[in-house]
Amino acid sequence: MLNSKRLVLVLLSVLLIAMVILSGCGSSQSRQPTAPGNGSSSSEQNSGQSSTSEDTLSGTITAAGSTAMQPLVEKAAARFMELHPNVTITVQGGGSGTGLSQVANGAVDIGNSDVFAEEKLGADQAKELVDHQVIAQGFAAIVNKDVQVDSLTKQQLIDIFTGKVTNWKDVGGQDLKIVVVNRPTSSGTRVTFIAKALDGAQVIEGNTLTEDSNGTVLATVAQQPGAISYLGLAYLDESVKALKIDGVEPTVENIVAGTYPVWSFGHMYTKGEPKEPVKSFLDFMTSDDVAQIAKKLNYIAGSDAAKLK
Amino acid sequence: MCNERQVDKLKSSNSKRINELLGKTVTTICGLLVIAIVIMIVIFITYKGLSTFLVNHISPIEFFISSSWNPELPPSDGGPKVGAFVFIYGSVLVSTLALIISAPLSAGTAIFITEIAPKWGQKVLQPIIELFVGIPSVVYGWVGLSVLVPFIRNNIGGYGMSVLAGSIVLSIMIFPTITSVMVDSLKALPFDLNEASYALGATRWQTIARVLLPAALPGMLTGIILGLARGLGEALAVQMVIGNTPGKIPTSILDPAHTMTSIITMDMGNTVMGTLANNALWSIALLLMIISLIFIILIRVIGKRRVYR
Repeated sequence: MLNSKRLVLVLLSVLLIAMVILSGCGSSQSRQPTAPGNGSSSSEQNSGQSSTSEDTLSGTITAAGSTAMQPLVEKAAARFMELHPNVTITVQGGGSGTGLSQVANGAVDIGNSDVFAEEKLGADQAKELVDHQVIAQGFAAIVNKDVQVDSLTKQQLIDIFTGKVTNWKDVGGQDLKIVVVNRPTSSGTRVTFIAKALDGAQVIEGNTLTEDSNGTVLATVAQQPGAISYLGLAYLDESVKALKIDGVEPTVENIVAGTYPVWSFGHMYTKGEPKEPVKSFLDFMTSDDVAQIAKKLNYIAGSDAAKLK
Repeated sequence: MCNERQVDKLKSSNSKRINELLGKTVTTICGLLVIAIVIMIVIFITYKGLSTFLVNHISPIEFFISSSWNPELPPSDGGPKVGAFVFIYGSVLVSTLALIISAPLSAGTAIFITEIAPKWGQKVLQPIIELFVGIPSVVYGWVGLSVLVPFIRNNIGGYGMSVLAGSIVLSIMIFPTITSVMVDSLKALPFDLNEASYALGATRWQTIARVLLPAALPGMLTGIILGLARGLGEALAVQMVIGNTPGKIPTSILDPAHTMTSIITMDMGNTVMGTLANNALWSIALLLMIISLIFIILIRVIGKRRVYR
């Protein structure tokens, strides 16, 4: 009798633990601001309920998608929550595709994407989405620090990424094999870089490495002698060298001035026209407040982004 | 007095019955739940995985034989390309190599623990090996990326990120799995076997090699197959060190390669549910599941065929 009682107790406690763990997972998933470069997709739970209120702004906003846009959206959300304490904003990563499919399904309020929805979704689904091009981001070609090249022409970049040039000595550097580090074919960063920096050239696949997140690209290029890859300006750090393209440095100023070509709008998609508090948040994204934050993080937002249009 | 005792007895038998009922219900529910979950997962993955061929009309031959992968390539550029051969080849190659490194080591360790130094082995070595299992795979991957990859690059050659690096990392990860199963199967042998062998005048080495190993062989093979299945399914650690080169079949162990699991984790966040790019990933997942099911069936068959007894 004691045994059976103990068995039941054990079973119950196991169940209880399982429940605690499961529910713990669920809640951490919905509020955890995913670290940059997290490639995992978040669950498609329905956490988007935007409640409207008359006098003060309140409710929850969930945003998911592009990891390239994530640092700015996170910072902007934190600022917005300071201004409107009754609003809770959750920003998740997951990738542009995740953002688009989740916003199309109504699982999140805002889907962040580096690319136009039409490129990923079917035409029918894309039609339901409203595009808010509130921020822009630049991308830089980056190389290992030991590479003795500071500037490449567009043609040289194309030659490198299409495999025509395989040694740094052919583009003015030392005798060192070029190691191309690509993003997966589905990556928004890759799509933008190919379109804007390589004029749509077909990049080689064989003899290249592929890394999917900003963090691993950075680590790989920093380690690998002769490596070249591309990265959002927000993720640049001292461990790698950003190349000038046609002599122009990849900076926010040069993008706004129109001299540096490799940038794209970050799209914040909503399903249908946004309601409160999502609408206020999207308006906030175009404010000078966010423009200041963006400048610090190497993005372009607010009035600068308007200039780009 | 007598009455009270009877009541007590009645009470206890009553609570016993309730306990029994409760226990039965809880365990049955657990069992049914597991069965339901497994069936749902299998159906879901099969449905999703087959839609590449049934809905998107990609030929299975292309999927298995072609090695060019770009499911999002527009038809105007010759797309979509859904060839998974590189990933299948990479996964099988890396797991097999890992097994070749790990299996002999595991067998040696298991023999040491059970036959050579039972006391010390079981008290110290076995817990240490079990600790291995608890190390998260991202830790293995990170150590591999920052120690093993540079070591291979500087001392052996190539990019460092290679089939070799992947196999070594994987072999360390599957080592505890294989060893534990092998230890169990050796331990399960009755001591009569040792005694009979020694009585016949056999040395310790002869006893181990001619009597114990053949008798424990099915169990040890089960361990190897479990290790192989675990190796095929491992994603993160291998992805971090193998380089992920699409479109090229590795010709040397110093070449980078790509695996089924890493293409899934890399692309899933960037693709949208229901599109070909996403379905193709499900097909790879389905294939992965079928391969591990085959291994599990193999384990069952081998486990039944006992040499001893």
